[in-house]
Amino acid sequence: MTPAPSSEALQAPLVVEFPFTRSLGPVQSAFLTGLRERTVLGVRTTDGRVLVPPVEYDPVTADELRDLVEVAPTGTVTTWAWNPSPSRGQPLDTPFAWALVRLDGADTALLHALDAPGPEAVHTGMRVRIRWAPERTGAITDIACFTPETGAAEASEPASHRGAFTDPVRGIVAPARLDYTYAPGRAQSRFLAALADRRTVGERCPSCHKVYVPPRGACPTCGVATAEQVEVGPHGTVTTFCIVNIKAKNLDIEVPYVYAHIALDGAGLALHGRIAGIPYDQVRMGLRVAPVWTEDGRYPDHYRPTGEPDADYDTYKELL
Amino acid sequence: MREVAIVAFAQSDHRPDTADVSEVEMLLPVLRRVLDDVGLTAGEIGFTCSGSSDYLAGRAFSFTMALDGVGAWPPISESHVEMDGAWALYEAWTKLLTEEADTALVYSYGKSSPGDLREVLTRQLDPYYLAPLWPDSVSLAALQAQALIDAGETDERALAGVAARTRSAAEDNPHAQLAGSAGPERLLDTPYLVRPLRRHDCPPIGDGAAAVVLAAGDTARRLCRRPAWIRGIDHRVEPHALGVRDLTRSPSARLAAERAGAFDAPVDTAELHAPFTSQEVILRRELRLGEDVSVNPSGGALAANPMMAAGLIRLGEAAAAIHRGGSDRAVAHATSGPCLQQNLVAVLEGDPQ
Amino acid sequence: MSKEPVAVVGIGQTQHTAARRDVSLAGLVREAALRALEDAELTWADIDAVVIGKAPDFFEGVMMPELYLADALGAVGKPLLRVHTAGSVGGSTALVAAAQVAARIHRTVLTLAFEKQSESNAMWGLSLPVPFQQPLLAGAGGFFAPHVRAYMRRSGAPAGTGSLVAYKDRRNALRNPYAHLHEHGLTLEKVRSSPMLWDPIRYSETCPSSDGACAMVLTDRAGAARAPRPPAWMHGGAMRSEPTLFAGKDCVSPRAGRDCAADVYRQAGITDPRRQIDAVEMYVPFSWYEPMWLENLGFAAEGEGWKLVESGVTELDGELPVNPSGGVLSTNPIGASGMIRFAEAALQVRGEAGEHQVEGARTALGHAYGGGSQFFSMWVVGDAPPPG
Repeated sequence: MTPAPSSEALQAPLVVEFPFTRSLGPVQSAFLTGLRERTVLGVRTTDGRVLVPPVEYDPVTADELRDLVEVAPTGTVTTWAWNPSPSRGQPLDTPFAWALVRLDGADTALLHALDAPGPEAVHTGMRVRIRWAPERTGAITDIACFTPETGAAEASEPASHRGAFTDPVRGIVAPARLDYTYAPGRAQSRFLAALADRRTVGERCPSCHKVYVPPRGACPTCGVATAEQVEVGPHGTVTTFCIVNIKAKNLDIEVPYVYAHIALDGAGLALHGRIAGIPYDQVRMGLRVAPVWTEDGRYPDHYRPTGEPDADYDTYKELL
Repeated sequence: MREVAIVAFAQSDHRPDTADVSEVEMLLPVLRRVLDDVGLTAGEIGFTCSGSSDYLAGRAFSFTMALDGVGAWPPISESHVEMDGAWALYEAWTKLLTEEADTALVYSYGKSSPGDLREVLTRQLDPYYLAPLWPDSVSLAALQAQALIDAGETDERALAGVAARTRSAAEDNPHAQLAGSAGPERLLDTPYLVRPLRRHDCPPIGDGAAAVVLAAGDTARRLCRRPAWIRGIDHRVEPHALGVRDLTRSPSARLAAERAGAFDAPVDTAELHAPFTSQEVILRRELRLGEDVSVNPSGGALAANPMMAAGLIRLGEAAAAIHRGGSDRAVAHATSGPCLQQNLVAVLEGDPQ
Repeated sequence: MSKEPVAVVGIGQTQHTAARRDVSLAGLVREAALRALEDAELTWADIDAVVIGKAPDFFEGVMMPELYLADALGAVGKPLLRVHTAGSVGGSTALVAAAQVAARIHRTVLTLAFEKQSESNAMWGLSLPVPFQQPLLAGAGGFFAPHVRAYMRRSGAPAGTGSLVAYKDRRNALRNPYAHLHEHGLTLEKVRSSPMLWDPIRYSETCPSSDGACAMVLTDRAGAARAPRPPAWMHGGAMRSEPTLFAGKDCVSPRAGRDCAADVYRQAGITDPRRQIDAVEMYVPFSWYEPMWLENLGFAAEGEGWKLVESGVTELDGELPVNPSGGVLSTNPIGASGMIRFAEAALQVRGEAGEHQVEGARTALGHAYGGGSQFFSMWVVGDAPPPG
């Protein structure tokens, strides 16, 4: 058969989002706490260079670095790029320049946003100053951005700093959200289309003739595309199971319940589902079951006993 | 050291969106083609290694689904790197040198279309000082390009020339996502994407897959009329922070090239993984490529840049040029990370024709 | 030309805990790496290349974190490779590093694996929602529990086997200062009466979620000759993979595991693993997997693994001690767990395992697996160089 035209392939939004909790090493802790206190700290390497932002380990020698110094909130742009359309999460929501800025007293540059009226107002070598965020928590975003500065560089030697602050920041929470459009592909789209009619349709491998449910586009043992559609079930056999006694966070199912592997008749391997319509402690391997659908469910809500005699172990042991 | 060659290469057509197929459905025909080319089955291959990234798909363990396309039964000797496939090739090359295998299948794939690639790549950055600012990949490349312009190493006109040259070359590449180009002057009339980069300076965002077969010694000679012998391969990494690097240079690419023997004899062809025009300028210099070298005859990453596969494709394209007699000695390069942080260089040669 | 023999001359691991709040990601990997270097009495300059592994990037929310970690690992100017083979990754990473020495590409390689699970939440990372797919109805243990039931049906193992393993491993962990769980007051009765979470798996029979890293320095013959302490020698290493799900898959005793073991034994000249191997560090995330792997790895005939457990053979003072370190049941930074198995096997043959040393261990097996019981990596290490 010919594959389904692409217009039939499904798509759906997929949001991957988590507030990551990041613990900090001592140098990071001092730097980010310093930002909260409007103090910029760098770290001195063994060969005397001052790195801002301060990293924990020397990029050249890999030595651990601890020797903190304070540098100025003013500096010089070493390179820049004009970002005309800021996106979610970036420091400014109006067009701005990304800039690498070497703060006075530092030997390396820090990346941040530079608030300027337009690209004509930005050039390499220009002087800039930190604009502090009004509310600071101990994060790189405590620097709201850089702004153009008129004064010349002060040739002052960076002063040693103990890095000691009251109530130091030990960690940050870094929320991250990425938006995807998930597309399950041809084979799964065909499977899902059939499920909408409450039919479970697997695909047969042209080489080993096993029927895959759900189909995933390839026979995983033969490495060839599956295409011949084969309806399986609706009855099946519980091959194995467990009794779930703890409530999963994202599931609204009363415990205890039975989570089972079910080999639908005609399928080459088991899929999984919940067993109900029978006390949980009476579920057994070999139990014959049939799907129970709810009005709006994409998948069967659960499987119930059919009342048929249990399947003989030998008939399903290869499916375990 | 044991002789190892690339004996076959296949790639998908690279497209901006492949929502009609799953990853394995995109990959499967490429795997079939490369194996058919050498007449081997997955079971006859000694070692298999792949490269991909969960972050592109937005799914953990996404590579386990791709394995369905291989036919890993009976069980196979197999590994995976969360890197571009060029590094999977490096791992497979290592395996062949141990003589534990005579052949290897290497594949990689990437679908950028499900997410916003510029945003996704911000997750590669220092999670404390950089990632919270969400600086996108084009902006970082633009910082590098501006540094290069400030240093007098290039200008916007020259960059447009790189774009026009490579995209014109891509007209001979049936797999390219972008082919053909207006002349440099016309390109300069277009607006900036992130100044100083215009759209033509940036790679297309798209989906694709690639695979190669490696073989050692006489096996390679049996499987391929003119094997592309890997004379040397090496990779090096630089510090992560952009502010501690000289963005106009790529010492890691230079060192990898030296270790791979790129400077031992002249090359006629170079396939450089330079997603941005400005990066070709840097790499040409670090790899000491003169005007007589054919650089990115395939169109390079400016014609198609499927993440995680584009580096492997450079090795594949260079090998294919040797297979068909179009090159005798080629250098291939792959990169990873922001602003060329990590670089791999391979030197490939064909036997005298 | 034969392969270069590979020696383990440095081993380091972090203090493993539920949340290492005192270090960054870089600080965590650094702690293990430095301890491995100190063990080998080497410096960063002695390292030619770095091979790093971890499980999914979503656990820490950093895509390809090795790019950021390059500086902390002393990798700048060197080759840096990142492996990801699901739960087996710690083992695979070590094998990839070993191949670089065996192939004579590099002389001395630092290999490291880590996971800092406290940056997110392991269950979140493992079960990102996928549109259209039926949600997994059972949580982490629910994925494994049906296979355990299948094993019980097939082998006739008594229901208490899992508790015996858990009790043994947790007691062994008391002798391992790096272990995450140190349950001093634990009794077998407490394990047996711990809540039945995913029947047949009890709470005390499951692994914790840990932050941790493990590192090893691998080197060639010349490097081993300079080593300040006895090296462990690699006698065999292998990886095998099979598909996640397929018709005919044996989830109780996957063929990839059997084939991998057969390959590694062949390389090491082992014909009777039960007699020839002195200590085993196997990847047992749920205690029932010990009897299952004992069979899969050829230490017991099919259906007989639980008998070794029941008769005490796998105890620290038994004939075939399994997981003297306390195993994954006591420490589980997922990406590092496999490398910890490999490293603990090496510690045993070096005689450096401290209070959990198996007396006279000369040959040990390190085992890791992952995915849907589909990715396997193993090595056999010995106290003497391989013959030839």
